Amino acid sequence: MNIQEALFQYVLRLGDDSLILGHRLSEWCGHGPVLEEDIATINISLDLIGQATNLLEYAGKLEGKGRDEDAIAFLRLEHEYKNILLVEQTNGDFGKTMMRQFFFDSYRKLLFDRLVKSPDVQLAAIADKALKETKYHLKHSSEWIIRLGDGTEESHRRIQDSLDALYKYSNELFFTDEVEDTLVENGVIPSLDGLEDEWNTYVQAILKEATLTIPTNNWKQSGGRLGKHTEHLGMLLTELQYMQRAYPNMKW
Amino acid sequence: MSNQEWPLWEVFIRSKQGLNHKHVGSLRASDEVMAIENARDVYTRRSEGISIWVVESKHVFASEPNDADSLFEPADSKVYRHPTFYDVPDEVSHM
Repeated sequence: MNIQEALFQYVLRLGDDSLILGHRLSEWCGHGPVLEEDIATINISLDLIGQATNLLEYAGKLEGKGRDEDAIAFLRLEHEYKNILLVEQTNGDFGKTMMRQFFFDSYRKLLFDRLVKSPDVQLAAIADKALKETKYHLKHSSEWIIRLGDGTEESHRRIQDSLDALYKYSNELFFTDEVEDTLVENGVIPSLDGLEDEWNTYVQAILKEATLTIPTNNWKQSGGRLGKHTEHLGMLLTELQYMQRAYPNMKW
Repeated sequence: MSNQEWPLWEVFIRSKQGLNHKHVGSLRASDEVMAIENARDVYTRRSEGISIWVVESKHVFASEPNDADSLFEPADSKVYRHPTFYDVPDEVSHM
């Protein structure tokens, strides 16, 4: 795989993660448990959509076929999206949303810490801007895990159920194939060795403080990076793409 | 399901150019850490400031509006309290 093609695929993966998760969070708009959390959640959603804009714009340039970020975001078919399965899961209750966010933020913070050192100037710049946002997202979601886990009996039960439901999607955060391998071998991105261990250390410490138990079943889900998605992505895209497909080239 | 509200907090923000924190509003939060984050999310979205103070509303004591005349009007006619008879050199700022 040549470097430009690998970098295009890699940036597309990161961009799709941000896009799909940003969309999921936008579903909370007006439905948050309290006003302040409603605003916090849509702030995070907007941050992620902003990252998606930067990443997918860059992906379009790397692809070199004239697609801009809107074309890439709104006009692909389901199997052409390369986001991980975690981000397309339904929101569930507030706790489930926070658990999904917690897994994602902790991974992104560690990843961007490395990507800011990439010799690819554009990727490093995107990572630098996103890192500041991500640090805040991580603080926010980590604290909610602790509050809900070490909270009331009901909050503990619900967040434990969410942990049990989502843990099987966490390993895909560390999925790599020839896309990442090509980029690491050619020094375009720093090595991703040890990322999973650092993530485990952080996540386990927070879950312990939250008095939560990590599931022991080892069966893990994946497929998103290769365009094989759960039943949720189709319905999500119906909403995401509706306006652009109903009114092609529409502008606000 | 509980109908209890989280405690109310008053929020003060200092802008980039400011010296003092200004009161901008209030919000609900369960503790001071959440209060700071909620204040950041609700009251600094549009770059309103670079520093946040939060105080639980129950710790704020205010003067009675009905007492305003006895508290504040007597000062109006006491010109000797204002240092207006000095020549302040130009080099001294913030006087």
